[in-house]
Amino acid sequence: MGVIGQSIKRVEDQRFITGKGRYTDDIALPNSTFAALVRSPHAHAAINNVDTTAAAAADGVVAVFTGADLEAAGVGGLPCGWQVDFKSGDTMKEPAHPVLAATKVRHVGDPVAIVLAESREQAADAAELVVVDYEVLDAVVAATQATAEGAPQLFDDVPNNTPFDWELGDQAATDAALASAAHVTTLEYDNQRLIPNAIEPRCAIGDYDGARDHYTLYTSSQNPHVIRLLMTAFVLGLPEHKVRVVSPDVGGGFGSKIFHYAEEVLVTWCSRQIGRPVKWTASRSEAFLTDAHGRDHHTRVDLGLDADGNFVGLRVKTVANLGAYLSTFAPCVPTYLYGTLLQGLYTTPAVHVDVTGVFTNTTPVDALRGAGRPEATYVLERTVEQAALETGRDPAQLRSQNFIPAFDGVEQEGYQTQVALQYDSGNYGAALEKALAAIGYDELRAEQAQARAAGNGRHIGIGFSTYIEACGIAPSAVVGALGARAGLFESAGVRVQPTGKVTVFTGSHSHGQGHETTFAQVVADGLGVGIEDVDIIHGDTESVPFGMGTYGSRSLAVGGTAIVKSMDKIKEKGAKIAAHLLEAAEEDLEFAEGSWTVKGTDQSIAFGEVALAAYVPHNFPEGLEPGLEFTSFYDPANFTFPFGAHIAVVEVDAETGVVAVRRYVAVDDVGNIVNPMIVEGQVHGGITHGIGQALFEEAVYDDSGQLISGSYMDYVLPRADDLPSFETDHTVTPCPHNPLGVKGAGETGTIGSPPAIVNAVLDALWPLGVRDLAMPLTPQKVWQAIQQAS
Amino acid sequence: MIPVAFDYHRPASVDEAIELLSDDAKLLAGGHSLLPAMKLRLSSPGALIDIGRIAELNYIREDGGTIAIGATTTHQQIASSDLVSANASALAQAASVIGDPQVRNKGTIGGSLAHADPAADYPAAILALGAEIVVRGSDGGRSIPADEFFIDLFLTALAPDEIITEVRVPAADKSAYVKFPHPASRFAVVGCAAASAGGAVKVAFTGVANAAFRDSGVEAALSGGLSEEGIAAAAARAADGQEVLADHFAGEEYRRHLAKVFARKALATIA
Ligand SMILES: Cc1cc2nc3c(=O)[nH]c(=O)nc-3n(C[C@H](O)[C@H](O)[C@H](O)COP(=O)(O)OP(=O)(O)OC[C@H]3O[C@@H](n4cnc5c(N)ncnc54)[C@H](O)[C@@H]3O)c2cc1C
Repeated sequence: MGVIGQSIKRVEDQRFITGKGRYTDDIALPNSTFAALVRSPHAHAAINNVDTTAAAAADGVVAVFTGADLEAAGVGGLPCGWQVDFKSGDTMKEPAHPVLAATKVRHVGDPVAIVLAESREQAADAAELVVVDYEVLDAVVAATQATAEGAPQLFDDVPNNTPFDWELGDQAATDAALASAAHVTTLEYDNQRLIPNAIEPRCAIGDYDGARDHYTLYTSSQNPHVIRLLMTAFVLGLPEHKVRVVSPDVGGGFGSKIFHYAEEVLVTWCSRQIGRPVKWTASRSEAFLTDAHGRDHHTRVDLGLDADGNFVGLRVKTVANLGAYLSTFAPCVPTYLYGTLLQGLYTTPAVHVDVTGVFTNTTPVDALRGAGRPEATYVLERTVEQAALETGRDPAQLRSQNFIPAFDGVEQEGYQTQVALQYDSGNYGAALEKALAAIGYDELRAEQAQARAAGNGRHIGIGFSTYIEACGIAPSAVVGALGARAGLFESAGVRVQPTGKVTVFTGSHSHGQGHETTFAQVVADGLGVGIEDVDIIHGDTESVPFGMGTYGSRSLAVGGTAIVKSMDKIKEKGAKIAAHLLEAAEEDLEFAEGSWTVKGTDQSIAFGEVALAAYVPHNFPEGLEPGLEFTSFYDPANFTFPFGAHIAVVEVDAETGVVAVRRYVAVDDVGNIVNPMIVEGQVHGGITHGIGQALFEEAVYDDSGQLISGSYMDYVLPRADDLPSFETDHTVTPCPHNPLGVKGAGETGTIGSPPAIVNAVLDALWPLGVRDLAMPLTPQKVWQAIQQAS
Repeated sequence: MIPVAFDYHRPASVDEAIELLSDDAKLLAGGHSLLPAMKLRLSSPGALIDIGRIAELNYIREDGGTIAIGATTTHQQIASSDLVSANASALAQAASVIGDPQVRNKGTIGGSLAHADPAADYPAAILALGAEIVVRGSDGGRSIPADEFFIDLFLTALAPDEIITEVRVPAADKSAYVKFPHPASRFAVVGCAAASAGGAVKVAFTGVANAAFRDSGVEAALSGGLSEEGIAAAAARAADGQEVLADHFAGEEYRRHLAKVFARKALATIA
């Protein structure tokens, strides 16, 4: 039996648990300087003057640079990687995003100057001496305010603070369906802004080597190659081959480390200016203010049902808060990764979504674990549950009756949605049935009825979420058709060493996902070698051919497939070498468990021997080159579509408004599973993250644009004692279009769980007259809703 | 998150510490309020006087019907003291719900009282138990009754040249502390302590106002005793007439409501 499907302990954990991980901040280069950034304390202000005299003269200061210095040196702005054009066909507005603000700051934390000193302490002290003369302007903070009459404008060249608007689906058909629906459920709410909170704050080190005219950037990033491409080609105009980007161990990202940040440019450019390494490590306060935030949608949704409860139309109108600038992926999140998922698991024949992206004086918003799909799932699953509550239907039954029937994508075709995508394979009813059985649905409803009858103050609620999401971004054909500039492939180099040991160079990046184990399992089975004989190299542009990085649960589906493709080539060439060594015809060989065997004989040769022969060739036939190493690039044929059914059971203390999550059942279908333990870990973390959004997390700005929840004194992350022991299980519907049959497992929990929790709380409080609640369900909000209802 | 440079002193005695005190110096005990403030550069003392290792300040002992607690006694020591639990359980309970184990193992009662965070746990228990705060300065010592100690946000009756050396807690017949923790900081959104001694009941709140306070309205309404109805009626008056804190997590109305709920819970525990 192979190792795929086994819960192999993570090989990387030894070094992490014993404190031997090597993170960017652990790298101490000789002769390094340390950077501190001067950041705007205002949400919106014109810069009249930046006086660096005192700072430059302070102890230990090596240099101070401002936005004007960068402008003079021709340093460009930070680019956006995705284009979403207006409905009218007009091009997306992409205003300049300066690396250091020179004339205007647009959010608290916007960098204005950088101070380099001999120590971190001296840099921090000197940064306080930089005097910036600001003329404070009115700020706009809420998405719904950005387009209001007279709202402060962030950019002269972006009218109405609107860089793009976008739509998908058949508006006329949807309007007509809703007009004739027997029942229409309407919700209007904010999907609140979240702060990513990776455990390792961002860090970047620039190291210019004058002797070689060569730059190295160490950065805690999820995709070093993309950072190199964006920085060299769009910001600094450097020759790409003279720049190496390394992302060593990275302590989590949740999306926030995908994007190209100002500090990466600054340390690289500054190192060249002063001829010494420059290191910058974010403080936690800086992380709160400058790591790209997530979510922040204002949405109105209408779902129409016919008299039998069949969904007839879904109309969604969303204003997406993009923050102060277009971050790297920003336009794609509330559009391609959101609108395209609004079919959900349902056969709804008419769907239309309309999205307006707006600028505000807040931290830029971009992809955060789930990126668009949690927002889409929330739209659907809150609304479906609300429809069930409003029409007195069982929420599980209402879902089932509207499910797309099972299809495997092989015998039966993929499912074509009303919003552009074609689902790969699915069996949605099976996941729900399994979840219902696991939670003991009938008994739970009986317990709930009993508690209600007894009037004993126990407010029990049961909430559902049956979700679908899209992973494996991004098939260039599909996203190209939607207007994207490019798709997102992945590369993998597989090098078989002369002794048969294998080194894999993947463009995917691990920052907590366990690639070093999962990928090694794939290779061990593919080539019939031991898992300990496989090394996974990632995160260095010097060794890895190319990479698009890790996000969108794409690593195994896209990066893993690239590895499989390289292994196919190795086996193909290996067969030629084996045939030569066995003096047999290639067609007569079969490869299994690490050996080539002449079919029907006991003549065989082991993988290791073939590897050795590849590097010590004797009399190779013409055309057969020595060596055993291949690189492949894989552009996926389609997205992959994990799905699942989550059920939450909560109990609400009506006196204080506190919600306790009693049970949480998650049945996820992520296709084939390579390492069940790692998948379970991802699911647990994801559910925790989603419960965090449902109950706790919230980036709060005051009207002047100050971040009120800028530390762990106010920003609530979920903790172990807030959570029940999760009950997780799977159904397995393989992905038909990649060889591993995998779909992606990094975000399902975050996507599925928020509506399950909110629905459960509403189910608990519906008899009290509570009809809606906005995330996060803080005790005060729940208590107030109960007061207002009764 | 980098403090301004400072000098560091580690005196061996209280007298030595008092000598070192100046306008520009601050005492350092557990560091769990002071160091976070320094890292954020909200506080930048020129010198720290570390009293954390002065042995004469770390003790819990009985002293004629009173529990005497040295200023640098940690939250953990107080939470796990049988003597405190038996005679002043409100204080032990307050200590046991402060922050997390790391905080409880480093933070001290003297530091917490001197810091006077409006959401700190001890002050409610200290007030309800009628404790005294013993301090020493260059001009000698004095003992400040709890009722006179907490003045405003981060403001106490302590003079700048004074050190808290001891907290004296009279034994109560029964006492309890209950708290609604903020889910992020775990400080008290509302904390209520109730104590009965010799037939008199004292009730105090933390988290509700700028400074912890005795709630005379609730206490007066308790003359009828600690019956369920008596408690309900008294608890309903919680924080009446008080100016109440309001923030994003808990506005005024909700905080007042919580004060009532937690007054009832605290009183029910000592009934
Ligand atoms: C993560 C975290 C969570 C927390 N949660 C809670 C909580 O839930 N509830 C709660 O009540 N507290 C909480 N705290 C605060 C904690 O209890 C602190 O330990 C306490 O407030 C200060 O005590 P310290 O010994 O650490 O004092 P320090 O931080 O060393 O000093 C605090 C102040 O008191 C002064 N000082 C110290 N000792 C004396 C003395 N003997 N005489 C005069 N002045 C003195 C110092 O000069 C300084 O101004 C938390 C702290 C942290 C970091």
